[in-house]
Amino acid sequence: MATGMEGIADFFRWLNDAHGVNLSIFYDALDRSRFLEGLWTTIELSIICILLSLAIGILGAWFQGSRFGPVRRIVQAYIQFFRNTPPLVQLFFFYFAVGNQLPHVLDEHGMLVPPISNVGWAILSLSLFAGAFNVEIFRAGIEAVPRAMVEAAESLGYSRLGVFWHVLLPLAFRVSLPALNNNLVNLVKTTTLAYAIAVPELLYAAAQIWSEVLNVREMMNVLLVTYVALIAVLVALMGRWERALHIPGYNP
Amino acid sequence: MLGMFTRAALACVLLFGSFAAPARAEDTLDKIKQRGTIVVGVKNDYKPWGFVDPSGKIVGMEIELAQDIATKLGVKLELIPVTGANRMEFLNQGRIDLIVATMGDTPERRKVVGMIEPNYYAGATNVLAPKSAQLKQWADLKGRKVCAVQGAYYNRRVSQLYGPELVVFPAVPEAMNALQGGNCVGFLFDDTLIVSTLSAGDPKWQDYEMPLVSEDPQAWAMGVKLDDLDAPFGAFLKKLSIEWHKAGTLVDLEKKWGIKPSPFLQEMHDKYKGS
Repeated sequence: MATGMEGIADFFRWLNDAHGVNLSIFYDALDRSRFLEGLWTTIELSIICILLSLAIGILGAWFQGSRFGPVRRIVQAYIQFFRNTPPLVQLFFFYFAVGNQLPHVLDEHGMLVPPISNVGWAILSLSLFAGAFNVEIFRAGIEAVPRAMVEAAESLGYSRLGVFWHVLLPLAFRVSLPALNNNLVNLVKTTTLAYAIAVPELLYAAAQIWSEVLNVREMMNVLLVTYVALIAVLVALMGRWERALHIPGYNP
Repeated sequence: MLGMFTRAALACVLLFGSFAAPARAEDTLDKIKQRGTIVVGVKNDYKPWGFVDPSGKIVGMEIELAQDIATKLGVKLELIPVTGANRMEFLNQGRIDLIVATMGDTPERRKVVGMIEPNYYAGATNVLAPKSAQLKQWADLKGRKVCAVQGAYYNRRVSQLYGPELVVFPAVPEAMNALQGGNCVGFLFDDTLIVSTLSAGDPKWQDYEMPLVSEDPQAWAMGVKLDDLDAPFGAFLKKLSIEWHKAGTLVDLEKKWGIKPSPFLQEMHDKYKGS
C-alpha cells in the first residue's frame, strides 16, 4: 500500500517536472491533508445543512397551514427574507454584523470570543437559506394532495398533526422530491460560499493551495471534477430514494 | 449516469488541453508605448503601500513608484487593484503589464513571474494581536485561531513551523474585522502594515500590539511576465530600480509614507550610492 502511494506521488512529481502540470495534492503531504480536510468539511457541511434544511422545510410547511394568522405571517416573512437576499450577503451579515454584536464568551485560553464560530454561522445561514426554499417546495407538494384525502383522514378520526404527519406529508414528500432534488443540489454547491468567511471547505482549501503553489489552472480542474463527483453521488442517492419511496399506482 | 460521467470526463480533457501556454512574441515595452498607457496591478487595501484615500483615489508608496515608471516611459498610468491570490494570474493573462503589489520574492514564484532585481523593499512577518492575548513567542500560536490573508507567502511557513489554526480571508479588511470581532487571537501579516496600523493612532487599535519578534525577512519585487524579464521591459525596470536605490528615492518615499526605516533600503542605498 505504502509503495503504491509512493508510486502515485512519484508519478505526479514527474508530471510536474516534465510537463508543468502541478497536482501538488497528490505528492505534497501538507497540500494533500488540506485538500482532504476541505473535502471532508464540504461533505460534513452539506449533510448537516441538508438535514437541517429538510427539518426547517417540514416545520415551515406545518406552520404555514396553521390556524393562527401571526404564525403564518412569521413563516412568510422568514421565506421572503431568506429567499430574496443573496446567500453570500446573508453569510456576511450573520458573521460580520450579527456575530460580532452578540455577547462574547470565554474560550479555553481565557479570551473573549463570539459564541458562534464561522462554521456555526455557515451551517445556520445555509440551512435557513435552503430551508426557505424547502418550505415552498413542500407547500407545493401539500397543495397537490387532493382535498378528499385530508377529509377522508379527518373522518377516520386523525388529529390535525396526525393528518399532516401520516397522510399529507408522506404524499406531499413524494410529489416534492424532484424539486427538492434541485434545491439540495443547489445547497451543496452553495456551501462554497462559506469560503468567504474562512470555513475550511473545498474551495477554501483549493484557494490556499493555488495561492501558495501557484497551480491555479490545475486546482480549478480538480475542484470542478470533485464537485461533479460529489453532486453525482447526491443525485444517485436521491434517485434511489425516489424509487424506494415510489408507491405503485400513485402518480400525481 | 454513464452519459454524465463521459461528458464530465470529456470536459476535463478539454480543460487540461488548455494547459499549453500560448506563444507570445510581442514586446511588452513596445506595446505599452503604442497603447500610451501602462497597466499596473497594485494593492488597494495595504496602507501605506497602496490604499484608497478619503477621496476614493488609490495612493501610497507603491503608487508613486508606478507613477514614476509611467512618467519615465512617457505614458499614462492605469491602476488595477489586485490581491495576493490573483495578481500573478492577472499578469500572465495580460490584464496587467506589471505587478507592484507588496509581492514577496520567493523561489516558487520565480517559476511563474519574472522578479525585477534589485528588490525595492524587504518586509518581515509578525502578528497584530490584542494585548489581552498575551502572546510572548511564536510558539504561543500553536492550536490557536490566527487570522490571515489568502496568498501571503508566510502562511505556509508559519503554519508548518508553529501549527496555528489559520483562518484565511480573501482580503485585509475582512481579516482585520474578524480580529476585532474576537474571531482570532491575532492577525498574521507583514510587520510594515502592522506598524503603520498601530502608529496611525486609531482608537480601535489602542488595545492591540505587535508582540512577537519579526521573522523571515523577505525581499519584495516588481513582477513582470517571465518572457519580459530579459526583454527591453525587464531591462528598463532593472535599471530604474538601481536608480531608485542610488538616488535614495526609496529611502525618501519610505520616510514620506511613515514606514519604519528599513535596514534593507539603507544598505542598498549605501551599496549603489558609490557606483
